[in-house]
Amino acid sequence: MATRTRFEVKNGVATREAFGQALVELGRVNPDVVVCDADLSKSTFTAGFAKEFPDRFFQCGIAEANMVAIGSGLASGGKIPFVSSFSCFVMNKGFEQLRVTAAFPNVNLKVVGTHSGISIGEDGPSQMSIEDLSLACSLAGFTVLSPADEFSMRKLIRAAAAHQGPVFIRAGRIKAPIIYSAAEEFEIGKAKVLAQGSDVTLMATGLLVAESLLACDLLEAEGISTRVIDFATIKPLDREVIAAAASETGAIVVSEEHLADGGLGVRIAQVVAETAPCVMEFVGVRNTYAESGTPDGLLDKYGLRAVNIAGAARRAVSRKKK
Amino acid sequence: MSAGVLPAVGADREIAVFAREIRRRALRMTSRARSSHIGSAFSCADILAVLYGGLLRVRPQEPGWSGRDRFILSKGHAASALYAALSRRGFFPSEALEAYSGDGSIFCGHASSAVPGVDWSTGSLGHGLPVACGMALAAQLDHRDHRVVALLSDGELDEGSNWEAILFAGHHRLDRLTVIVDCNGLQSLAATEETLRLEPLAAKWQGFGWWVAECDGHDHASLRSVLETARHQSGKPSCILARTVKGRGVDFMENSVLWHYRSAQGAELDSAMTQLE
Repeated sequence: MATRTRFEVKNGVATREAFGQALVELGRVNPDVVVCDADLSKSTFTAGFAKEFPDRFFQCGIAEANMVAIGSGLASGGKIPFVSSFSCFVMNKGFEQLRVTAAFPNVNLKVVGTHSGISIGEDGPSQMSIEDLSLACSLAGFTVLSPADEFSMRKLIRAAAAHQGPVFIRAGRIKAPIIYSAAEEFEIGKAKVLAQGSDVTLMATGLLVAESLLACDLLEAEGISTRVIDFATIKPLDREVIAAAASETGAIVVSEEHLADGGLGVRIAQVVAETAPCVMEFVGVRNTYAESGTPDGLLDKYGLRAVNIAGAARRAVSRKKK
Repeated sequence: MSAGVLPAVGADREIAVFAREIRRRALRMTSRARSSHIGSAFSCADILAVLYGGLLRVRPQEPGWSGRDRFILSKGHAASALYAALSRRGFFPSEALEAYSGDGSIFCGHASSAVPGVDWSTGSLGHGLPVACGMALAAQLDHRDHRVVALLSDGELDEGSNWEAILFAGHHRLDRLTVIVDCNGLQSLAATEETLRLEPLAAKWQGFGWWVAECDGHDHASLRSVLETARHQSGKPSCILARTVKGRGVDFMENSVLWHYRSAQGAELDSAMTQLE
């Protein structure tokens, strides 16, 4: 987009905090919204809902799998339950319950996994969820959301509550760069084109949307016309925008704070293969677990930065020319 | 007595007929489909007869009625007995059961909510009780008076998910919830006590804050009496340990692990049917 100004990182609140705020607002307008916690409500920011609506907040104890099944039962009773914990706990410990009690009967359950990715930092790999998108997308009938900033999170929490059926929403621990304005509207299943370009497309989700915008500036300075697309919905994918980017730019880089196996990248590759095959590169965590560290140090070490995305884009552009 | 016009609580004679019909229909279904779990179906047939013979508030002509009592057959492998009970209660004609486990049939080998009257699909053990807790919680929140009843197997209690839910229900005082454990003492390969020791089982539930009663799971009057008492417990979820015999009703199936998986065919089927007349 010729008129796009350089992207400057201006941090807003963490997406987990935006989730907590949106939940309280939702609770005020919809009495059917109830919340289940597995003893982490201060970290997941559902404590605000608990304070304002104690009768609609249920403590499940440190038992994430049970929390999922309880939530499914509540949904079957006509409620709109939001069950929340660290993403690695609710998705990994709760997976069988998610499959059997939520996905299969297609109940109206909303699952929010906070502290996703490696950017949780100091707490280390046992708390890092780097396979949650893959797991969530393998649940038939689930909608999977991964908002990049506080504004998209707030709007998509509302959209998730209005959506009939099971939804997984991924949230992060650290302050997230602001991508949007409060006025921006979001629709489940629609990707956002943040920059137009014709040489390469950078597709990303979560924190790596901001990194992709920074990479776009690096590439544009070199004369590489770069398109940037935010995938706040991982499932169902916006096939139209992917097919257009594939055929119009001929090169795609997908970036995510997730294992490169099974996440957004491979899902987009499937759509590209089915629509307009083109050169692709992938930026993600490569077949390993991270360790404790600072969020910035870890994102640098595991190559989840604008420089890495720009490097992948140059590779993709040069492969395209062969 | 025709299906669907049962008295509020059936007389003993009618319940006995109901239970025998469940066994006969379940046997026909599993034998025709050459499928398993007839022993598990027989062990809970009397419990289902008491529930669907009048104790559960349901409307066969309106399966989704919001005021109905919810029932989850957590031991979903005994689906043949549940489908048989629902047909006997008038949710659908008994001829529909002929499709059991066949191509395109809604009557899956494990309980399926596609079948009218089945509130929740089951089959993977350990999930009926946690889901029932959520249903009871929703009812409590809305001050509704329907009950949520979950029927579990004793072997199923090996699954840790149950114990998380037992802890949860006790803490949250889910008095709309009743669990019946079909304690037949056998699981798929061996006795429950040899597999993973469950006893003393009543003390375990009591320790988690539940009201607990034990009864003969084939004695209709006794079952009805404890279920009525459970219904009126306040501030506590209730658990009924129904002591049963796996394969009950056919002498060569009783108390035998063989009939967890074996399907009755030929002379065995004829003999079983004769015993159930």
